[in-house]
Amino acid sequence: MDSGFLATQFLNALQYSMLLFLLSIGLTVIFGLLHFINLAHGALYMMGAYIGVSVAGATGSYWAAFVLAPLGVTAIGALLYFTLIERLRHAGPMNQVLVTFGLIFVFLDLARMGWGDIALGLEMPAALAGATQLIGLSYPAYRLFIIAVGLVVMAVLWAVLARTQIGAMIRAGVENDAMAAALGINVARLFFAVFCVGCALAGLAGVIAAPVFSATTEMGISILIPTLIVVVIGGLGSLEGAIAGSLIVGFIETIGAVVFPGIAAISSYALLAAILILRPRGLIPARG
Amino acid sequence: MHKILSSVAVAAISLGATTATLAETRVGLLLPTSGTYAALGNEITAGFNLAIDQAGRTGEFVIVKEDTEIKPPVGLAKARKLVLEDKVDVIVGVVSSGVLGALRDFIHGAEVPLIVANAGNDHATGKSCSPYITRVSFSNAQVNRPMGPWLVAQGVKKIYTLAPDYAAGHQMIEAFTESYQAAGGEIVGGEYTPFRQTRDFGPYLTNAKAANPDGIYVFYAGGEAISFVKQYGSFGLAPALPLYGAGFLTSPLYVNAQGEAALGVTTALHYVPTLDTAENRAFVKAFTARHDRAPSEYAIQGYDAARLLLGAIDAGGKDRASIARLLPTVKYTGPRGPLEIDPATNNLVQNIYVYETVKGSDGLTQKVIATVPGVRDAVNGCKM
Repeated sequence: MDSGFLATQFLNALQYSMLLFLLSIGLTVIFGLLHFINLAHGALYMMGAYIGVSVAGATGSYWAAFVLAPLGVTAIGALLYFTLIERLRHAGPMNQVLVTFGLIFVFLDLARMGWGDIALGLEMPAALAGATQLIGLSYPAYRLFIIAVGLVVMAVLWAVLARTQIGAMIRAGVENDAMAAALGINVARLFFAVFCVGCALAGLAGVIAAPVFSATTEMGISILIPTLIVVVIGGLGSLEGAIAGSLIVGFIETIGAVVFPGIAAISSYALLAAILILRPRGLIPARG
Repeated sequence: MHKILSSVAVAAISLGATTATLAETRVGLLLPTSGTYAALGNEITAGFNLAIDQAGRTGEFVIVKEDTEIKPPVGLAKARKLVLEDKVDVIVGVVSSGVLGALRDFIHGAEVPLIVANAGNDHATGKSCSPYITRVSFSNAQVNRPMGPWLVAQGVKKIYTLAPDYAAGHQMIEAFTESYQAAGGEIVGGEYTPFRQTRDFGPYLTNAKAANPDGIYVFYAGGEAISFVKQYGSFGLAPALPLYGAGFLTSPLYVNAQGEAALGVTTALHYVPTLDTAENRAFVKAFTARHDRAPSEYAIQGYDAARLLLGAIDAGGKDRASIARLLPTVKYTGPRGPLEIDPATNNLVQNIYVYETVKGSDGLTQKVIATVPGVRDAVNGCKM
């Protein structure tokens, strides 16, 4: 194992972590703030990929897809919010899980009807296609782009949550929503805004994943499990938890694939079990 | 004049009467129409319908369709329904080897002929073969075995293998490994990736590169194949580390989703739509007229399943027992070349084509670079 090999695997793990982060941050913040378990989050990721494929097909530009797919998914999310999610907010976790679990299959069949059963590819922008030379290392430029997007989103979210008034309001809402409302924060509007941002990030993850993983009808279901593992490991509702969880799962799965391929499939589940036993609230839960 | 007209009418009536009394054959199409393999199920159905329509014999068949999804218990329940309730004479289909495995004992016990139109599990025409199971698609070993000696002959001496970690992945890679090593090639490493859980092949590709082989030999299909080839392309491995494999990797069904990354990938398969024979040109033309794209290997499997069934009926098959007995005797030259059933295993004997994915006038296409004629599986413990 030379240093180039290790560096490449490090970047592989980082790239996968960033994708998991984009998905899990939406899921975890929606849960932390709304106490709402949205299992259809993976379906929104899938919709992001498919909308991206269609937009790129119609406009011929990946960048149009990059901008419009998150917006399209946000619109779908807003529709869901007003038709179902708002009503289910106080319906208890079991009803929420059942309804959003059902939504997974509704979206799956909508995608099959709209885009067919055959997986679709999304051309990456020409500037990012192929491998790039990075300090004597050949690495796919597009993967570096995914890492960069993840880091930028991370930094922006951190700045908003930690440094702005809206961030303070969100943190207050996560901590104690009744008290926040009593202090004059429009909690309902805040919840809706956060939900939309979560959906947009799921759509963003979909459209940046599509050129690497292609758009398939089952992508939403298959990404849901690692995303839930990230959320549980990191702790519900916190940005730091989502960051830590994504990095841990991304690195464990990659290192597992490299060093112990035989157990790569179960390594993150084993960690999940260990966390649930030792720290059932996750590593960095939002409420201390 | 009146006389002529009335005799024509009489002839027409009697003709009508004969068609009405012609025995109808009840066919159960047991294919996935939902879930991961739905695209394959639809493609096989399209091929099957084309053959029946072309023969002008749609009126002879009553077709009952059932969805197996990809679940062995569901497939078994649906097969029972077809046999016991719908009283079908013959079942056509089965995409997943897992479903085929679950059906095997029931089919054998119920003595209903099954024409396998995809599932490649070697055991189905090996140690668990049955006189009621006839395969017209391929076996996992059959597709991969010819690539071993062929690659050695091309000067590719060291190979790294990758495949998903389930029965078909293991059978494909093991068949290749055996023939490759027998021909003098060296396997320098390999990995089985978690099936349908692996999204990022980067770590495996990095491992493969570190093993320093002359090429990579893989089996992936469907969504995994698209992801794999695109990721292989993005790592820029192509010139130094060429990609080989079972031809499902770059199936015409989804090769255009892989784009430029698929260029130069060289694989082996039992059918490609660019075969230059009169039979295939006619088939491709008819299929393209209906579906506006070239047929894939799955379409030809459905097509040949129907041709085999028609052949058995023409030879006198009229019930379960006679159709089962006659299916393995059908023999013809079709779009994929000469086709016959090996009576020792009930697996088909067919050509395997080594092809390269190249740029065509309208997207990506397949260039056949070698033909391995009449590939026949060993008996592998099959006792009829």
